Amino acid sequence: MIERRPVLDVISHAVLIGGALVIAFPLYVAFVASTHSLEDVMRMPMPLLPGGRFLENYTQVLFAGTTTGSRAAVWDMLINSTVMALAVPVGKITISILSSFAIVYFRFPLRNFFFWMIFVTLMLPVEVRIIPTFKVMADLGLLNTYAGLTLPLIASATATFLFRQFFMTIPDELAEAARMDGAGPVRFFWDVVIPLSKTTMAALFVIQFIYGWNQYLWPLLITSDESMYTVVIGIKRMIVGGDAANEWQLVMATAILAMLPPALVVLLMQKWFVKGLVETEK
Amino acid sequence: MAGVSIRNVFKSFNAVKVIQGISMDVQDGEFVVMVGPSGCGKSTLLRMVAGLETITSGEIAIGDRVVNDLEPKDRDIAMVFQNYALYPHMSVYGNMAYGLRIQGRSKADIDKRVQRAAEILELTKFLARRPRELSGGQRQRVAMGRAIVREPKVFLFDEPLSNLDAKLRVQMRSELQALHQRLGTTTLYVTHDQVEAMTLAHRMMVMNAGKSEQIGAPLEVYGKPATTFVAAFIGSPPMNLIPGRIAEAGKMLAGDGSGSVRLPEARPALEGRSVLLGVRPEHLETCEAGAALLSPDIDFIELLGSDSLVYGHIGADKTGARVAARLHTSVVAKAGHLPLRFAAPHMHLFDRESGKRIEA
Repeated sequence: MIERRPVLDVISHAVLIGGALVIAFPLYVAFVASTHSLEDVMRMPMPLLPGGRFLENYTQVLFAGTTTGSRAAVWDMLINSTVMALAVPVGKITISILSSFAIVYFRFPLRNFFFWMIFVTLMLPVEVRIIPTFKVMADLGLLNTYAGLTLPLIASATATFLFRQFFMTIPDELAEAARMDGAGPVRFFWDVVIPLSKTTMAALFVIQFIYGWNQYLWPLLITSDESMYTVVIGIKRMIVGGDAANEWQLVMATAILAMLPPALVVLLMQKWFVKGLVETEK
Repeated sequence: MAGVSIRNVFKSFNAVKVIQGISMDVQDGEFVVMVGPSGCGKSTLLRMVAGLETITSGEIAIGDRVVNDLEPKDRDIAMVFQNYALYPHMSVYGNMAYGLRIQGRSKADIDKRVQRAAEILELTKFLARRPRELSGGQRQRVAMGRAIVREPKVFLFDEPLSNLDAKLRVQMRSELQALHQRLGTTTLYVTHDQVEAMTLAHRMMVMNAGKSEQIGAPLEVYGKPATTFVAAFIGSPPMNLIPGRIAEAGKMLAGDGSGSVRLPEARPALEGRSVLLGVRPEHLETCEAGAALLSPDIDFIELLGSDSLVYGHIGADKTGARVAARLHTSVVAKAGHLPLRFAAPHMHLFDRESGKRIEA
């Protein structure tokens, strides 16, 4: 805001701080709960200051799992989640950048038709096609495998569309200049298109990493073996029955652990991410 | 080095005929400018020489090799684009070296060529910079550098100065000229700016609607425009074109509905013919009322400093033929009749139907 109005400043800060608290408080409670024993957590009212069982609780979930619900160690789940959250964006970016390169830079019969075919799949997210997709994966014997976890999520109309839009802003003359310089399509792709797409790729990576990490419904269906659980599923599997039967302190520790990697990715790649969404370096 | 032969070239995009049969022989080392209004097909023609557009029919040869089916990289040419088309993620050095690297030349050879081009273009200081850290003129020079390092047979320029401001354009124009003198490479240059065409060209091709209207040296095109289109396009303000019929044994141009003009030289052979009389504003001069060939009524005057542009009309009302004259400011009256004359060599006659020049 350009004007200096102290009253407005106070109000806007109050709204900001209030909003931040509303978001942050549940996270704080989860963290506090993850540092107490079950008895403390179940006591009314729940303590609002961190307790002394931080190391114990976290060591237990990381390497042993809960005693009442799923026995899988969260460490393994984190690895599964990481594999999935890396494979999905890497696969998506690879496939989409290639397909949009083809769609933008090559003239072939039915080019627009194929683009619209890809585009139409935007209307069919995993949830909509989940039963046939499950059937296909089951028939291919991909249940409880990393391929089964990631493949159906890799095809992406969104990323293809984003890259297409980005490529269309690259001036035609650049492609022509490269042609004059003697660069064939593959050369042009490697030497010009990929370097120019770096920030777009980074932004997509962040978005898709979080998308992959937070997948819930699909991993829930495709994995039945505890060793293939992702951490998001793991949380669900730890909650088995009534309120009292669950080891809430361990569930909360798992939730905190599940939140960290996406937060880290966003923090580390923030600069690139914003650049990719805002800047056009041409 | 080599010349370029364009032989009866046609180009259509689906049903639209963009180039309708153009032929021209560009000599080795010649600087040829293709000039015309936007949409006349001049860029398309250049891109066909470059190999960026296919040729619908006809032939283009560089040297004695027909290049119709050759990829741009195999034609031994280099092109400079209007928006420079520099690779934004490469340094100036990288931009110039890229094509050489693809050719698989040795590092030492690439370095030698890039350094030499940078020296010619005074870019040595900027070799490590990215294009976005350069000014428009410097970017333009890098684009030229990218062309120079390849030592091609032919340079192609597609409106290279259009994105520069007026002052820089004049400066780059003379740099281009100096560069051509130094390298002597055959050059095809496309522009819509007649001043660029006049100042740079050894020969120019004036294009209109996919056809070549006239090919010739700048002064030839200015002095003897082949068609009314060329007459109106080259020169500023454009040539006056006064419609009428040759009368009185070729001594008069009887205007239709407008006033008439006496001709400085009789053309009895043309009596009765419908023509357009062309005379350039700068060739009109004031005179005694008795010696006047035409006396337009003044409509308005633009003062340019030492000269003034006087706009008027001949005939009874303002629907008559428009006339512009470039006169010395001191002799310009404010209003009323302005008696004017012009010398016989400055009279141009064009056929009314075809617009073609009628030679004496």
